[in-house]
Amino acid sequence: MSTLKITGLTAEVADKEILKGIDLEVNSGEVHAIMGPNGAGKSTLSAVIMGKPGYTVTGGSVTLDGVDMLALPTWKRAAAGLHLVMQYPTEVPGVHVDQVLAEALTARGRDTKDMAARIAVEASRINFDASLVSRAMNVDLSGGEKKRNETLQLGMLEPKFAILDELDSGLDIDALRDCARRVEAATHENNLGVLAITHYVRLLEELKPDVVHILAAGRIVKTGGPELADILERDGYAAFV
Amino acid sequence: MNTTPTLPSTEEEIWRYSRISELDLSAFAPGTARTETVGLDAVRVKESLAGIAMNGTPDVFAELNADNAETISLRIPKGVAIDGVIEIIHHIESDGVVVYPRLVIDAEPESQVTVVERFVSNDNVKSLVVPVLEIRSAASANVNYVGVNQLGLRTWMIAHQQTVGHRDSNTRLNTIALGGDYARVRAEVRLVESGANAQQLALYFASGTQMHDFRTLQRHEAPRTYSDLLFKGAVGGSARSVYTGLIRIEKNAGKSEAFQTNRNLTLGAGAWAESVPNLEIETNEVKCSHASTVGSIDQEQRFYLESRGISPEVAERLVVFGFFKDVLDRLPSNVDTSSLEAEIAEKLRREEAAQ
Repeated sequence: MSTLKITGLTAEVADKEILKGIDLEVNSGEVHAIMGPNGAGKSTLSAVIMGKPGYTVTGGSVTLDGVDMLALPTWKRAAAGLHLVMQYPTEVPGVHVDQVLAEALTARGRDTKDMAARIAVEASRINFDASLVSRAMNVDLSGGEKKRNETLQLGMLEPKFAILDELDSGLDIDALRDCARRVEAATHENNLGVLAITHYVRLLEELKPDVVHILAAGRIVKTGGPELADILERDGYAAFV
Repeated sequence: MNTTPTLPSTEEEIWRYSRISELDLSAFAPGTARTETVGLDAVRVKESLAGIAMNGTPDVFAELNADNAETISLRIPKGVAIDGVIEIIHHIESDGVVVYPRLVIDAEPESQVTVVERFVSNDNVKSLVVPVLEIRSAASANVNYVGVNQLGLRTWMIAHQQTVGHRDSNTRLNTIALGGDYARVRAEVRLVESGANAQQLALYFASGTQMHDFRTLQRHEAPRTYSDLLFKGAVGGSARSVYTGLIRIEKNAGKSEAFQTNRNLTLGAGAWAESVPNLEIETNEVKCSHASTVGSIDQEQRFYLESRGISPEVAERLVVFGFFKDVLDRLPSNVDTSSLEAEIAEKLRREEAAQ
């Protein structure tokens, strides 16, 4: 059992305070949805957890099983078990997906000899064209293919916690269902803990949240069960911002 | 005896930023390269086809080449697709010589050919190579050309390339530049009948004190013609590179499309890259774009790889190598790029070690 714990987290972007004190605790196997209107700080939260350049943490902590993540460089946070699924996965020209997976597995001290077979299995689970893994990362991929590619990497790297930054943006309904189901399955098969950042409820039809948090203006203003998502679907964010 | 010709100066725009002022032609005696060929015999013709694609005599080096060249003339007969890749390798083995190779490819209608031409010398050879390439792609012909500069670190190259594309032809003009002290390629494509298509692609990587210099022209002289150019280069150490490119759309070339992209990666603090894209459009109803960048490695790309658990050193190496691999992936698929990949990887290792 692992725990990702965020305490009193505050952060700035370009001298503007975006996160104003976030407290969260996610355990293995749990799915926490973070929902909020545009500008609430959702993407900043995911960027700060992973250590993206351009964001300054001004207070608070992020720990994984007691280890201070904020003191580690990005790649060591990933190696420790955090995985970010990006809203807009970056195109990396000339760097092939399988090459990245091989380096990522090697960096974790894992074997790569059955990698091709595992890729084939992962690809078929999410209806991803496995031949795309021998092409450049995210280059010339459709929105749905990019998110399937992100999900394939999540499946291959088997992190302890996944931070999904708007997994549901820029893809069609079939791709959304395939990706969300795969993440949901990982919560059972690998005891994956999930922090699912989203604007819309539709992601949560396949990926069942245990806890729903509403993030507004840099703070979590409400925490509840799955029923909170239904209230948002009906009434919108107006009651919480 | 020829009198020593007057060389151009950096006052002329097309020679701006170049190292032409360092050149002393009288220091080089006329010489020859040792030229190896593979797969040439079926299409080589005895008569010289020199001049079939030339649009005037653009400069003194093209003129010197015309007077002194050892010309290889190829004619691909109508409707014939040449299997495999024709290879021409010029070894410049003597020190202190100037050599003038000329390659002329006349691709008749509906023919198809891929030619790789390599220029090779070792680091002790302080010589000058002045190559000219001419390609005429007749109606619906497909011509792939890859020029590879694997010259030693003391050899100079001043190259000139001209292609002319007729109706519905495809001309792909590719350059890989890794070697040379100062290596310049002036590459001009003309599209003279509708439906003609030209793609220009280059990879260049200068390190130490090398300099690579490219001048390109995409000239649209007929309606509904297409050109696309992608030049990607890196400079390390205190190396330099220059890219200047012009898209020119003539008055009668409506409904044409022309694209030009130049990306430069600066790897060393003392390295310098200049990029000057230009457009001259004489008509409406065209689709044109140009983009150029000079900078160090893309931080978003590096972050993406690091977020997968890859160390910064490995991530940087992957991104830089990927910058080149992106170009190699776009070369004609029948060209084997594995030795070029190995050579680029080795050059990157030396660059890293020097930092």
